[in-house]
Amino acid sequence: MAEPLLSVRDLVVEFPTRRGILRALDRVSFDIMPGEVLGMVGESGAGKSITGAAIIGLIEPPGRIASGEIRLKGQRIDNITPEAMRKIRGKRIGMVFQDPLTSLNPLYTVAQQLIETIRTHIDCSEAEARKRAVALLDRVGIPAAARRIDDYPHHFSGGMRQRVVIALALCAEPELVIADEPTTALDVSVQSQIIEVLKDICAERGAAVMLITHDMGVIAETADRVAVLYAGRMAEVGPVREVITEAMHPYTAGLMSSIPTLTQESDRLVQIPGAMPRLNAIPTGCAFNPRCAKAFGPCTVERPELIAQEGGRQVACWLYDEAKRREVPHV
Amino acid sequence: MIAFILRRLLQSIIVMVAVAAVSFTLFRFVGDPISSMVGQEASIADREALRDSLGLNDSIISQFLRFMGDALQGEFGISYRLQMPVTELILQRLPATVELALVSGTLAFVLGLSLGVYTALKRRGILSNLIMTGSLIGVSLPTFLIGVLLIWVFAVELRWLPSNGRGEVVALGDWWSTGFLTHSGRLALILPAITLGLYQMTLIMRLVRAEMLEVLRTDYIKFARARGLSSRAVNFGHALKNTLVPVITITGLQLGSIIAFAIITETVFNWPGVGALFINSVRFVDVPVMAAYLMMIALIFVVINLIVDLLYYAVDPRLRVDRAAKAH
Repeated sequence: MAEPLLSVRDLVVEFPTRRGILRALDRVSFDIMPGEVLGMVGESGAGKSITGAAIIGLIEPPGRIASGEIRLKGQRIDNITPEAMRKIRGKRIGMVFQDPLTSLNPLYTVAQQLIETIRTHIDCSEAEARKRAVALLDRVGIPAAARRIDDYPHHFSGGMRQRVVIALALCAEPELVIADEPTTALDVSVQSQIIEVLKDICAERGAAVMLITHDMGVIAETADRVAVLYAGRMAEVGPVREVITEAMHPYTAGLMSSIPTLTQESDRLVQIPGAMPRLNAIPTGCAFNPRCAKAFGPCTVERPELIAQEGGRQVACWLYDEAKRREVPHV
Repeated sequence: MIAFILRRLLQSIIVMVAVAAVSFTLFRFVGDPISSMVGQEASIADREALRDSLGLNDSIISQFLRFMGDALQGEFGISYRLQMPVTELILQRLPATVELALVSGTLAFVLGLSLGVYTALKRRGILSNLIMTGSLIGVSLPTFLIGVLLIWVFAVELRWLPSNGRGEVVALGDWWSTGFLTHSGRLALILPAITLGLYQMTLIMRLVRAEMLEVLRTDYIKFARARGLSSRAVNFGHALKNTLVPVITITGLQLGSIIAFAIITETVFNWPGVGALFINSVRFVDVPVMAAYLMMIALIFVVINLIVDLLYYAVDPRLRVDRAAKAH
């Protein structure tokens, strides 16, 4: 198997608060292969965005990476100096944020922001940077890019601004792009266009994408593999088709069945009973056990680790641990 | 753009006329200037004659119109007390006040901005907390007390700096005298400038800090960081520029109040500026000087406001477009 582009191992992110330390991420592990699109799904507060922030080294203090490793092409990036990390940001890992209306500095033209970013990472003249910037804007689908590049962000619509944001994230040709809910703040009508642009341009350049979203539709259309987070823990990782059609983890199954489809003839949407636990009240054992219909003996006692399954899948659930199942014969 | 300037100019004129009317009518009631101008032995007939010759017996309206007409030509009459043209009196005193205000304004702006940025960036640092605590003193102590304290420490106890007057001044041209060029003039500036600027400095500092913290939390700063821009570029290129928009307004208004509040500092340090002139005029009911002074302060405020509005245009591109969009 080829070497993963990004490898996250047992990542723990903690936030010290007055009422004790909150674990936002608890031993999260996953890989992203070169050129791959990994979808990261989960409910609000499951730790999707924190994972993205941890990778790019921008966790808001006092939050911090307490343990674990993040490797980019084998090189550790979670414990390097801030200056070394700064050089990786933008250059090797790009990031697209959720809200294009607030992601751009209102006081600078698009050209100024693009050229500044390009020249931070690539040694080139102002004119050359400008040429690259225009080409990039053209590529992300801004009409009359050469003219519009000198406009200010407020001259652009939300969808156009997100295209500019994508251009900014990609302007130094990063190997990995972390897209944190890139379409959530947009009109439904432009969401698919933006995803299309992001996917195509990354495929062209061979950049891998970590797509953070709670929109399963977007994941189904875009991602190669999908990782499901629950309460700061990885529940299931696998190729997107298989995970969607035959989810292994009961939480994933619940998540998939709660997606409305046009062909489905049911009156009510299926929902998972209960709510995700708060970070200071995660139950012992599997974090999902109080909501799980299939919970049995070990689920309330011991936390399940990710277990490799056939077809490159991994699932953290005791149901797939033969030894545990035998211990509790009545299941 | 031109339409905007014209509109602002028109507003400014209206403000100036209103100030003129208020100051003029107000001073009709502050007392009888005649009694302070003549000796106790003057007869009622003498007083009436003086009143007549000064035009004080005409109707208020015609007095006001005369006042406005003269004011437009920079003519504010003759000081009742000093028997000199008011314009000349003020021009004579103006350099002292302007130099003091410039020095303390620059001090307040430069120090306020840099300390504000520093305390915002190093929010949890010990030095930042010390500065923030210290700034409370600047905000809460009244100007005259700061002046007196500074005089006590640096002039009386340590004998480092003078507490009185402008020192030696050098005439520049016919109507400007500067204290910048002599050693004693520069020394004499230090204490009054600190006294006058301290409050403004702490105010600007606290404002810059609050605004900067606000801006540092925004998405576009996070995005700028995520693009790997250097912290210098993020903090000073992106964050500071956005911080400046509201800071400009306050700073502009503060510069106006530095000139207006110079009255107190000038009194404490016996500074020969227009503020001291105004205080003396109030004591002697010298209406032309008081009216001219108020008009001058109003003019300064109006001009500063105009400049602030234009600076807004320069800093914030969104304003430019909103106007342009309306015009379409």
